[in-house]
Amino acid sequence: MAVTQRAVPSWPKRLWGLIADMVVARGHKQDGPRLLVLACGALAKEIVALRKQLGERAANMELQCLPADFHNRPHKIAPAIDLILTERRVDFDHVLVGYGECGTGGELDKVLAKHHAERLPFAHCYEFFAGSPLFNQITEEEIGSFYLTDYLVRHFDRLVMGGLGLDRHPELRDLYFANYRRVVYLAQTRDIGLEAQAATAADKLGLAFDYRYVGYGELKSAIAAAAAEIDHEERYYVRN
Amino acid sequence: MSLDDEVILRDLNDDDLVEQMKDDLYDGLADEVKEGTQILLERGWDANQVLSDALVEGMRIVGVDFRDGILFVPEVLQCAHAMKGGMALLRPILASSENTSKIGKYVIGTVKGDIHDIGKNLVGMMLEGAGFEVIDIGINNPVENYLEAIDKHEPNVLGMSALLTTTMPYMGVVIEEFDKRGILKELPVMVGGAPLNQEFADAINATSYGRDAARSAELAKALVGVNR
Repeated sequence: MAVTQRAVPSWPKRLWGLIADMVVARGHKQDGPRLLVLACGALAKEIVALRKQLGERAANMELQCLPADFHNRPHKIAPAIDLILTERRVDFDHVLVGYGECGTGGELDKVLAKHHAERLPFAHCYEFFAGSPLFNQITEEEIGSFYLTDYLVRHFDRLVMGGLGLDRHPELRDLYFANYRRVVYLAQTRDIGLEAQAATAADKLGLAFDYRYVGYGELKSAIAAAAAEIDHEERYYVRN
Repeated sequence: MSLDDEVILRDLNDDDLVEQMKDDLYDGLADEVKEGTQILLERGWDANQVLSDALVEGMRIVGVDFRDGILFVPEVLQCAHAMKGGMALLRPILASSENTSKIGKYVIGTVKGDIHDIGKNLVGMMLEGAGFEVIDIGINNPVENYLEAIDKHEPNVLGMSALLTTTMPYMGVVIEEFDKRGILKELPVMVGGAPLNQEFADAINATSYGRDAARSAELAKALVGVNR
């Protein structure tokens, strides 16, 4: 599907420059209902994999990602989503926002209501990967659990060590993590290399390590449901 | 003076030393802040004045730059560490000083389900610097803990902290319980934490919202009728 080129909005140009080119995968059909999945960059690899699994049923799904660094700057999420949907909402029949509430303090939901878009109905990616019952169980077992996903394991040094300044000030580790007891790695894929990296990450933080394979969890269901809805509408669209 | 010239703190007059201490605190230089504190005390400065003019004022500047996105959490923690160095020298003097009366008691704690306390600890430090007796009840506090602390300490202000959007609604639960028990009429309740804003504080009927540590201390002083 061709994306209409639009004028770059005058504000905020820096933000627009950062996110405008982050279309990870485009739908390839020229007609029919269209779905935009607008997601955290930390989910890009997983959503691309799910899209591939869906095959033709996801032919009209476009994936655009926001910088995964927003994980550490949640106040940037809602304005960025607002900016993109203001420009692009009109091009799509459905929009699924691949975020949980993600620490936006209700701001993301206000933006989504304005643009008639939906997000994953969970607090954060840890919850939708694990599923609420398991996530709650893990938290109840040990409230001092620090969560990692495949993405966070891959980018641990940049996002966690660098993001918290522990690369520059390692002495701050115990200040940040004094109340944590363990790292819980919620794995999306069975990858012994990543598991070893996650164990090393736990060691760096001075915490115990717990591995749980959870797969794509509710993210898979949400992507499949959105694709099915579009697929259903397309059949109706073709018939009529 | 070249950049390589070392500043000898003892050679500075009082005004320059205080300015240098604020710079050192901003740069997270704990040993230098501690040394500056010691020098001012040796020169006969009142411990309260050292605290307010050098340490608290230094942290206030840090707070402003944090709010404006110039400093980030790691740098702020370095600054806080530096302030603690000076506070360690001042605390015993302040505790034993006969002419030092606390301006009020402040109970502070992180809400149930939340184990994050960095922001809360910074607020506690600034409150202490502002002259409050701070009773820190720690993390993961259900409403019962706040009630127990109120009974035991009879505070002038109570503060709740949360870092997570999943735990901040619990502040509303606590305030509702205070309201049911008639506590809210007598006790101002402040809330703070990264995901909060004034709108949320208003929605849960909090007395005030502390957007950062320095502002929280100012608001707390206003709540107990102290403006200095």
